[in-house]
Amino acid sequence: MNTSLPRWVDLGLIPALNLTLAFLVAGLVVVFIGENPVQALRFLVVGSLGSSYGIGFTLFYATTFVFTGLSVAIAFHAGLFNIGGEGQAALGGIGATLVCLAVPWPHWTLALPFALLGAGLFGAAWAFLPGYLQAKRGSHVVITTIMFNFIASALVVYLLVNVMKVPGSMSPETRNFAPGTHLPFMHEMLGAIGITVAKTPMNLSALLALLAAFLTWVLIWRTRLGYEMRAFGFSEPAAVYAGIDPVKITVIAMVLSGAMAGMMALNVVMGFQHRLVLDYVGGAGFVGIAVSLMGRSHPLGVVLAAILFGILYQGGAELAFEMPNISREMIVVIQALVILFTGALENLVRIPMQRLFARSRTRAA
Amino acid sequence: MPPQPGSPAGGAAFAPLAIELSGISKSFGAVQANRDIHLAVRRGTIHGIVGENGAGKSTLMSILYGFYEADAGEIRINGRATPIRDSQAAIAAGIGMVHQHFMLVEPFTVLENVILGAENGPLLRPSLARARTELTRLAKEYELQVDPDAVVGELSVGFQQRVEILKALYRECDILILDEPTGVLTPAEADHLFRILEHLKSEGKTILLITHKLREIMAATDEVSVMRRGEMVRTLTTAETSPAELAELMVGRRVLLRVEKTPATPGPVLLETRDLSLTDAKGVERLRAVSLEVRAGEILGIAGVAGNGQSELLEVLAGIAPATSGEVRLKGEPLDISRTTNADDRRRRGIAHVPEDRHRRGLVMPYQTWENTSFGYHDLPKFCAHLGLMKGDAMREDARGKIERFDIRPPDPNLKAANFSGGNQQKIVLAREIECGPDVLLIGQPTRGVDIGAIEFIHRQIVALRDAGKAIILVSVELDEIQALSDRIVVMFDGRVSGTRQAADTDERELGLLMAGIEPDKGAAA
Repeated sequence: MNTSLPRWVDLGLIPALNLTLAFLVAGLVVVFIGENPVQALRFLVVGSLGSSYGIGFTLFYATTFVFTGLSVAIAFHAGLFNIGGEGQAALGGIGATLVCLAVPWPHWTLALPFALLGAGLFGAAWAFLPGYLQAKRGSHVVITTIMFNFIASALVVYLLVNVMKVPGSMSPETRNFAPGTHLPFMHEMLGAIGITVAKTPMNLSALLALLAAFLTWVLIWRTRLGYEMRAFGFSEPAAVYAGIDPVKITVIAMVLSGAMAGMMALNVVMGFQHRLVLDYVGGAGFVGIAVSLMGRSHPLGVVLAAILFGILYQGGAELAFEMPNISREMIVVIQALVILFTGALENLVRIPMQRLFARSRTRAA
Repeated sequence: MPPQPGSPAGGAAFAPLAIELSGISKSFGAVQANRDIHLAVRRGTIHGIVGENGAGKSTLMSILYGFYEADAGEIRINGRATPIRDSQAAIAAGIGMVHQHFMLVEPFTVLENVILGAENGPLLRPSLARARTELTRLAKEYELQVDPDAVVGELSVGFQQRVEILKALYRECDILILDEPTGVLTPAEADHLFRILEHLKSEGKTILLITHKLREIMAATDEVSVMRRGEMVRTLTTAETSPAELAELMVGRRVLLRVEKTPATPGPVLLETRDLSLTDAKGVERLRAVSLEVRAGEILGIAGVAGNGQSELLEVLAGIAPATSGEVRLKGEPLDISRTTNADDRRRRGIAHVPEDRHRRGLVMPYQTWENTSFGYHDLPKFCAHLGLMKGDAMREDARGKIERFDIRPPDPNLKAANFSGGNQQKIVLAREIECGPDVLLIGQPTRGVDIGAIEFIHRQIVALRDAGKAIILVSVELDEIQALSDRIVVMFDGRVSGTRQAADTDERELGLLMAGIEPDKGAAA
């Protein structure tokens, strides 16, 4: 095919160029504000990667984004655009919290499988309805999942204010989990083998996220279910022709996607906050969309993109601290530029690249 | 000295040229679609262009109509060098085009479609009035009657095509390009189209007819140019050539235009339908009490103009469309025809299906060959291990065997389906559906968009399957193909079976009448 590109260009060079473009434009904005863009970039990089403290926070954020990114990627392979990660993660938080609070767990190793199940099931349940409605009734998941985000948000507020709140407390959050449910922090685990790093929220979930990425890869490219999901995503008539039930595959893909979004509760709720607070998701569900887009729905790409967004989150916070002129909103602008250039404007770089490579190949031939 | 490519083989060399292409080249990436093309078309003639799929006919016409710009070469229209950068320039130069897939806005009326893009002013009313008078004139002049106020989506394809021609004439074109114009027409509609073209020719218009049907070239054109692999091979005077010669020029070797087969020896009935009816979601009756049967060792051809229920019949039999009433029996056992998700059940019972639309149904285009060669059979233990893990190695090995036995080119199991030519894509589907060892093979449009070389191969495979004692139901809009392959022919019209004939006892005229819903005997009496 005349439009195919070498893999290293497709997966390496093009994202790198897109990213460079995004930072160039972001740099212009920084100049416009009256700050030094080189200095700003330095704050961003040093703040996120310059110390074990920065790296810990970066990877803590990245862990969350891996889960929500994989969630979007799984649905996307079945041709479904699940933008309900926000709500599914919120429900996952409730699931994990209920498990942690219901039983006086003696040790996290016992609590983890059940919390995993709780977070996954609640997230899955929240994605099941939109999936079922799309499969049976043709209500588009883009519409329903986004509406389900609002419902989830309202539901969590209700539960935290009326049901799960600590009696007598003014803040909408649950009581603290017993220590027997706390996932070990990364600084604790590394400390146990003699490596001293700064105390950060990064915890065991980071490894779970990597495992989840691997299992997602197996699911998509090595199992019958993944094969059927991808076929369905590419062409529904072909899937029906091959005997694949569109209702079943839509529902399964959505449920798996929702479960993956729910898993982010392990990182934030069970691994770090040790209680459920209001709005603990904090937009990570939406970041997952950008992560999946940028990672081209491949688990490895998702992990890399999640780390990039971790850098933007952590480094951005440092930057806003060091340069008061650059507000928190400015950081969001930079993130938006990254999304714009890597997602929406991807062809800006891709098409000239294709021309370039086609030309060089013609010359070689 | 052999005649220059592009100039007619003999005579009339001094007639004025409407189109003169010299040295046209165009490549897409590494693919050279047109290589140094020379073509001369005399004014007031019908000039055919034939070639296999991928020979570069469509690219050449797209260059002439301004969809693509040539990398090199010159276009002269009526003797004047005319650079054509876009369709606007082509229209300004007097070129009109009727595409294979019509470019019409279906909810618009005929008038609205005709003035679209040729409005003279911001208000519609004066344009519409002007177009109405103009259409009346054109209708009289060229036998192009169409109701100007009809909604285009409600017209039959034959009439929609007339709207396309009217659109071009309304823009005062002198040169009309028609791309595969008869693919969707009944024989009668096609005849009418050729009468219109004769009219246009007698008025001095120049017509470029692109087709792969050699019969039409022989019947309608004055001159014919043959393209092969991006190059212009020869231009011949139609009266001095033959279909066999054209086919040989197209393929580059001798081809058999006929299918060699022995008389059928039908066995017991394998698949039968009784009063099969289907009313779709819009309330249109697609199938009306269709009853037919197919025996072991028999090819049952289903003829008909596209859209008369053949597709729906095939889909019901294949378990992907639900019937409203009636029954289907396989070896006497009733099949479930109530759901759209019975395809896996059909496969288990030994009904294989080569769908009409291999791009949307038969293949997953972004899938690699090894993923496509077991598509639908991926549940079988030989492809799928415990825990639902796919056996990639077994699938690749299986694909290699199919590629070899069906001569799929290029022989690369890791190439995506989208990167194969039409013929090789079809071979992938056929290899999969034949090698699963079915009792009944449903096959729709087996050679649509397939080059002549591959057609021969595909036809031989179908006949071989019949000779192995399998039952085959063949749906095709190519009457030639139905006649060449079938042992028995069922003709469908408006969702009904309008006639059943032994292939040996019927002819094209009789089938053509049945395809138009006319009982031949009654037609003769009336």
